[in-house]
Amino acid sequence: MIRFLVRRIAQAIVVLWATSVVVFLLFFVGPGPSQVAREFAGRLGTAARIAQIKHELHLDQPLYLQYLHWAGNLLRGNLGTDYYNGVSVDTTVAAAAPVTISLVLGAAVLWIGYGVLSGVISAVRSRSLLDRSVTTAALFFYSMPTFVLGFSLLWVLAYKLSPVTTYFPFHGYVALAQNPGQWFEYLILPWLTLAMVTAAGYTRLTRGSMLDVMNEDYIRTARSKGMRESRVVMRHGLRSALTPVITLAGLDIGTALGGAIIVEVLFGLPGLGWVTVQAITNQDLPVIMGVVMLSAAFVVVANVIVDILYAVLDPRVRLN
Amino acid sequence: MSLFPGTAAEIAIEGGEPLPPGRKIEGRSPWQLAYERLRKDRTAKIAFATIVVIVLLALLAPIIAALVGHGPNQQFINTGESASGGPIGPNSTFWFGTDENGRDLFIRTLYGARVSLVVGVLATMISMALGVVFGLTAGYLGGAVDTLIARMIDVMLSIPFLVLAISAAYIWHPSFWLVIFIVGVLSFTYPARIVRGQVISIKEKEFIESARALGAGPLRIMFIDLLPNVMAQVIVYGTLLIPAAIVAEASLSFLGVGIPPPTADWGQMISDASGYYQYGSWWYLFFPSVALLITTLAFNILGDSVRDAFDPRGGGLYV
Repeated sequence: MIRFLVRRIAQAIVVLWATSVVVFLLFFVGPGPSQVAREFAGRLGTAARIAQIKHELHLDQPLYLQYLHWAGNLLRGNLGTDYYNGVSVDTTVAAAAPVTISLVLGAAVLWIGYGVLSGVISAVRSRSLLDRSVTTAALFFYSMPTFVLGFSLLWVLAYKLSPVTTYFPFHGYVALAQNPGQWFEYLILPWLTLAMVTAAGYTRLTRGSMLDVMNEDYIRTARSKGMRESRVVMRHGLRSALTPVITLAGLDIGTALGGAIIVEVLFGLPGLGWVTVQAITNQDLPVIMGVVMLSAAFVVVANVIVDILYAVLDPRVRLN
Repeated sequence: MSLFPGTAAEIAIEGGEPLPPGRKIEGRSPWQLAYERLRKDRTAKIAFATIVVIVLLALLAPIIAALVGHGPNQQFINTGESASGGPIGPNSTFWFGTDENGRDLFIRTLYGARVSLVVGVLATMISMALGVVFGLTAGYLGGAVDTLIARMIDVMLSIPFLVLAISAAYIWHPSFWLVIFIVGVLSFTYPARIVRGQVISIKEKEFIESARALGAGPLRIMFIDLLPNVMAQVIVYGTLLIPAAIVAEASLSFLGVGIPPPTADWGQMISDASGYYQYGSWWYLFFPSVALLITTLAFNILGDSVRDAFDPRGGGLYV
């Protein structure tokens, strides 16, 4: 176990390191030092500011020193300075992260819950009308671009229902600590949107994996012992069928934390994805680089967690 | 009864089932079998017909535009805008209504299909080509090359697709070809992994060994001997990559880093419409959204059926 952990974490570090090199090469080396300084200064940077940035980022030194300086800061948790807004990127990210986390975790509960439940029902009642409707619905939502679904919900619930109820706001965000009721109100449509487009994959995955598992010998054994069918399905079937679902969930949550971009833009949630798009519009390079590295970290960490969970959940997986 | 029955017919007769007169047992390739299954699939036929219609509409867009007399970027300031300069709803002149610039949404929705289809198909071809090359190389050569390619894919997958794509659009300015390139390159990892897995499972087979014994080099073995055997899988996942690429392109355009205006593009149109639907201009949002949804749905259903046809036993689609 320890050996596996060490190897897996070392691997994750290598991936993160390689990602940092790629990001550095793309953003620093591509345009050349003067351009980088100008971009870091933002649209309104003065000559003095550009010279200061050139010095601060060690842009007047050889490439490897520039990289070491930048990567060293990253390691210390310093994502850099947002010269455009005059704050550190860490501050921007720290303000945005709770929004994204609220969005993603809430939606994840919905999409995993619905996906697994509908997948199990679909597999147990395989080829029934219910199964057909569930799988058709899954394909439908899978094909639906996030923003099309989001706008459809906004159109019906926020716009058309507005004479009846204003429970569904169009845009915005209220922090949980500030007003939990409003936090919920502002997040319900974003949750539904993100959950519905994501759940489709889980329905199909759970269904496929349940169908495979229910044909295993040990399921027949369990049945022949006279065990109740519901217990066979939940205890023996679902438990091993869940392994691929957990894998997918870990990866999806990791990815969404780094970039639930469309949902955040659509519903005006000031999370990390929204910050990224804002930074692109303002040509705010330090923020872009910071968010890119942070998303990469989310995904890589999620990958490691998934691999560990995998072994915990499925006793057949041997870590060494 | 001989120990080694010579023909397939002999086996069938021994099995007891007499063949109906006039019917012979014929050898069928997996491709023929898949095609037969696909032909019997009603949903697949409907999806395919829908795609044909969309392609035709996209091809005929300039002719339809000429017949209607409205260009895709032509502004109808007097007839196509409300008194306050906003979009106007569907009527006999503008079947799908107009946008805030007084442009005909019917014609623009038709032209949008051209962008979506071209980007979807070209990007998919790029990712399939890259996937085949990297997958074959990693799977056949194995060892250090395999590890290197696997780590490279890990790095690419470590940054969420949209974050990477909009960063790329930041570095190089957005253009039609850049979008195709970004979507194509960023989605090669999936076909690459499929091809790699397939190659590993067949590279130890006798026919590869005999090719090697005949003195075939790695390139020949990879592209002449192995490639035809993984092509079916590549095609299956290719049909599923097209709708994904179409959605990716629309998402980039929606975020303003895709196809630059004034080119008619569904993602861009939906994004522009977002400022108007709260004032009742449902048509602006509705028609491009429905067009996009029908297109991705048709491709996904067809891709699903193609996969079923090649592998009728298969479980979930996205496993």
